[in-house]
Amino acid sequence: MIELKNAGFTYGGQDILSEMTLRLQPGSFHFLTGPSGSGKTTLLNLCYQALLPTTGMVRVFEQDVRAMTRDDIARVRRRIGVVHQNCQFLDHLSVRENLALPLTVSGREDDVHPSNIDDLLGWVGLTERGDALPPELSGGERQRAALARAIIMSPDLILADEPTGNVDWEMAQRLLALLVELNKMGKTILIATHDLNLIRTVKSEVSARVLRISNKKLQLAGADL
Amino acid sequence: MERIRAFLDVFSGDSNADRVVPPSGFTARLTTFTAAAMAFLTVFALALSLATGRLAARWDAELARTSTIRISAPEGQMAAQSQAVLEVLRTTPGIASARVMSDAEQRKLLEPWFGPDLPLDTLPVPRLIEVLEEGRGPDGAGLKLRLAAEAPGAVLDDHTRWRRPLVNAATRLRVLGLISILLIAGSTAAMITLAAQSALAANGQVIGVLRLIGARDVYIARAFVRRFTLRALIGACVGTTIALVGVFFMPAAAEEGAFLTGLGFKGWHWILPFLIPPLAAFVAFWATRWAAFKTLQRLS
Repeated sequence: MIELKNAGFTYGGQDILSEMTLRLQPGSFHFLTGPSGSGKTTLLNLCYQALLPTTGMVRVFEQDVRAMTRDDIARVRRRIGVVHQNCQFLDHLSVRENLALPLTVSGREDDVHPSNIDDLLGWVGLTERGDALPPELSGGERQRAALARAIIMSPDLILADEPTGNVDWEMAQRLLALLVELNKMGKTILIATHDLNLIRTVKSEVSARVLRISNKKLQLAGADL
Repeated sequence: MERIRAFLDVFSGDSNADRVVPPSGFTARLTTFTAAAMAFLTVFALALSLATGRLAARWDAELARTSTIRISAPEGQMAAQSQAVLEVLRTTPGIASARVMSDAEQRKLLEPWFGPDLPLDTLPVPRLIEVLEEGRGPDGAGLKLRLAAEAPGAVLDDHTRWRRPLVNAATRLRVLGLISILLIAGSTAAMITLAAQSALAANGQVIGVLRLIGARDVYIARAFVRRFTLRALIGACVGTTIALVGVFFMPAAAEEGAFLTGLGFKGWHWILPFLIPPLAAFVAFWATRWAAFKTLQRLS
């Protein structure tokens, strides 16, 4: 599904990541850990073509990202749900409309019944906030809305960057339970986090693997926590 | 074919694609105003161009068919030289008719300069003979030689020295009108391109979100293209309507007023201004589409 082969990324003449080799199999659950500024977000960006590797190779859904056109990238992104640390929305649309946006963009808005969007809002604890505008949401609510938007298309791969960073422990567990359920349905999950408690909680439910970035390189790849 | 469909899709609409771009009051009003002003100017440039075209054709036709022979001779020889000139003209190929202008006609010609009470019989005013040509007209050089031999006081004026600069001026004015229309179209495209680029740059976050969730460039561009095309169409309709009202109430053509009073449309030319709004929409469509794809490539 995602394959990195000696992939590296340089910015401003400085190596951010180097010699990354990784293969995410369909249906797998991975955590990506490492200290702040270690390059976790950069690695996620490489996975959904927000950045292109400066060295090595990155393949997504069997396609080399360097050979992909802008339309190819758009099509691939419809199969990837992304949750950013600083999630962005269309501020003039309601939370409900933002959630439905991936469906609108891909012309699949009729495929999903409005009640499904309500269910999803319920799952992430935003039932009462469906008609609110994104600027009215707190940081935690934004993250939950971003997660809901990321999974509404039932993507094959979910990439989440600190998805529980701004929510309380109870909500964090609830969101993780949602991701675990999706993984059990066959979705591939890659979560960047430095919260070891979170990782331990998930590992009791699914077979998650932990990757660690240290000194710009991916270490302990495949090792269980 | 796909591009034509894309242009027509603008008018069928896609409310969802429209809604992803936040409403932008200022650029909307600016684009509509620009399109209205440009359409207004285009109508007048078109009217000017067509009017001068008609004028050039009329002057050319009228002056090309006539010439004048001016006889300056002592009083006692005037009648004889006039008769000699008429005889020469009668036997010259390319001359349909020739006649000596009466005192009343000559007085009328001089009236604008000397007033109505001109004592023509006391002034040494040359006698004028009006010549109407036919076919390809006479051989000018040959006619001048014959006139010099038969009537030394006769001078042939075939109006060329009047006609050429007038027709040239009218033709150039017409070309300038057409160039103005092209410049207006180019300026409209440039202004709409700038407005579209500014709108796209101001919506960087919107574009980032849309790209993140898998929107293709064509989807994002469509929302902007549709908005700007419709604004240009509405603005051009308003500008064209106002200009047409102005042209409609312009005074009708009069001989004394030359082209200033003949500015307007005649016959099927009235159809032409109605093509301005769709053409403005067409220009806006391509300008915005070009700007959108350029900006999208640069932004992400």
